[in-house]
Amino acid sequence: MLEIKNLHANVNGKEILKGINLSVKAGEVHAIMGPNGSGKSTLSSVLVGNPAFEVTEGEVTFNGKNLLELSPEDRSREGLFLSFQYPVEIPGVSMVNFMRAAVNEHRKYNGLPPVSATEFLKLMREKRAIVELDNKLASRSVNEGFSGGEKKRNEIFQMAMLEPKLSILDETDSGLDIDALRIVASGVNKLKTANNATIVITHYQRLLDYIKPDIVHVLYKGRIVKTAGPELALELEEKGYDWIKKEMGDL
Amino acid sequence: MKTEQQYIDLFTQYEDLICRKSVPVLNALRAQAFADFERLGFPSLKGEDYKYTDVEKAFAPDYGININRLNIPVNPYDVFHCDVPNLSTSLYFVVNDSFYDKELPKAHLPVGVYAGSLCRFASEYPEIAARYYGKLAQTSANGVVALNTMLAQDGFVVYVPKHTVVERPIQLVNIFRSDVDTMANRRILFIVEENAEARLLVCDHSIDDVKFFSNQVIEIFAGANARADYYDLEESSVSTTRFSNLFVRLEAHSSVVVNGVTLTNGLTRNNYFVSLEGEGADLSLCGMSVLDKEQQLDTYSLVHHKVPHCTCNELFKNILNDRAIGAFSGRILVEQGADKTEAYQTNRNLCATRECRMYSKPQLEIYADDVKCSHGMSTGQLDENALFYMQSRGISRDEARMLLSVAFTSDVIEHVRLEALKDRLHKLVEKRFRGELAKCAGCRICK
Repeated sequence: MLEIKNLHANVNGKEILKGINLSVKAGEVHAIMGPNGSGKSTLSSVLVGNPAFEVTEGEVTFNGKNLLELSPEDRSREGLFLSFQYPVEIPGVSMVNFMRAAVNEHRKYNGLPPVSATEFLKLMREKRAIVELDNKLASRSVNEGFSGGEKKRNEIFQMAMLEPKLSILDETDSGLDIDALRIVASGVNKLKTANNATIVITHYQRLLDYIKPDIVHVLYKGRIVKTAGPELALELEEKGYDWIKKEMGDL
Repeated sequence: MKTEQQYIDLFTQYEDLICRKSVPVLNALRAQAFADFERLGFPSLKGEDYKYTDVEKAFAPDYGININRLNIPVNPYDVFHCDVPNLSTSLYFVVNDSFYDKELPKAHLPVGVYAGSLCRFASEYPEIAARYYGKLAQTSANGVVALNTMLAQDGFVVYVPKHTVVERPIQLVNIFRSDVDTMANRRILFIVEENAEARLLVCDHSIDDVKFFSNQVIEIFAGANARADYYDLEESSVSTTRFSNLFVRLEAHSSVVVNGVTLTNGLTRNNYFVSLEGEGADLSLCGMSVLDKEQQLDTYSLVHHKVPHCTCNELFKNILNDRAIGAFSGRILVEQGADKTEAYQTNRNLCATRECRMYSKPQLEIYADDVKCSHGMSTGQLDENALFYMQSRGISRDEARMLLSVAFTSDVIEHVRLEALKDRLHKLVEKRFRGELAKCAGCRICK
């Protein structure tokens, strides 16, 4: 589904990603862990086409298409989704209008007519239940005045609405209490099928107790330095990142 | 004095005719207005208040003025299609500067309420008319108001006597229809007496492509405990110039909303002069505009707090594109002794191109000790983070810009106290951004 080859990227002229190689197949859950500043969020930003990041080398194919050539909106319409670490507040734009615009643009891209008002509200209701998102939140402006936990739930709600092929969860666990974490994780698990895939970016093992990864990668200094099964996450939780740094000869 | 001269000559030559085709209440103010106009002339670009609007240039063209009150062959019901449907109003028309009386709304107004021709009102109720007409719009301080008062022959009046509530909103549609360049000296009197309540929606439309000039004076009186809403929707044409001088007087515990929306225009200057005269009065003064091409909007406001315990909320927003020009100058003046005043003034603007210009000057002038006041201004671009967030959900950049622009102006519309109108305005603004409003979507003629 996703093939990343030798990806290099800069932000403000500084190289952050220094040759990433990663392959994700349908049905898989990948976890990307790593210490602060290793490039985890840069990777997710580059994949969804954030214009602040410049790709200098390498290639990314997504379902056979050259992802790097697509606009951010087309990447979304092709089935890529990012749950933002810091979801943006958009005062004055209601969740309903926002989601309807998004869903209809996806449908248009796929040659489908716009969804009817009743169908759309039904869809909103169904998907809201997945993350136990309050109706009141759905009728408010996008993320405006939402608590940290509500914002993250709202991200997963949007994911449910758009049914992406590949979801990237960027530190979705940060700022969540245990209950919210459970709700968000169970939402993600409910949306999992054999045809979609998930990349979970996290510092901690905690989220991985709920969302079980098939493969765990360690990102360090802009490269994936270790790839193993779920046991790697447990090892990291226990030992921290220092042993990786040592292996890399940095300590 | 070259530009003024043509108006001075016109009045000197036709004073008799102007008076003959009008009524004594209006005629009574002409001589003084003429003297004031001769003395003041038009405000100059050099003065601080008219820095961005060349008044002389605007008044220079040779506009036709229908002082003979010739009938304009037009049926407004044929040419006008309301952009605010599903809003049940008592609908009236003014064509150029004449009240259209051939077909009046059937729904009758509560007893004692008058809506219609200023001329007729002034001849039927001269005492009431004289009590209000020209009382706020002083000719001695403003040459443009003096010119209007000197030439105005008719207008529109809404009179709501004490203790009367007009449930159904009253709508006035100003239509410009002419084959030659035309000036209209429009007048509106909106009188809501003690404990009374009414809402007036005024829509501007220009049907033809010739040059139009509306020199308009609006006087709004809100008696003690009254509630008066004045909504102004400007959808004229790029060749329409409008000078609007709007005056409001609020008595004790009255509540007034003035809300102006400009979607299509040429050059507009809106002056708002508000005087809070009675304790506990509350004012909401708002406006928004969507300006592109060469559209210009210059907003000036002076809110005068004379007594304690009054509140004022002022909010103006503009979205500029292409080579549009916007200006805002707002002044809140709190007199000595007007303690416990709460006054807030905000002006926010979005500039989408390098070529458009926005000039803003928020001002507070406070002589009282115990007040809560604030003023703020910002001019900038749409939030890139929000745009990207929306794009990352599959929304195209253009659509995202549109949604954010509509959102930007939405709080101005939220101040509208009429649900149905609020909904319509939201949709209308969206249509405007989508380019679905032609120069005048209300007219069949344009289609």
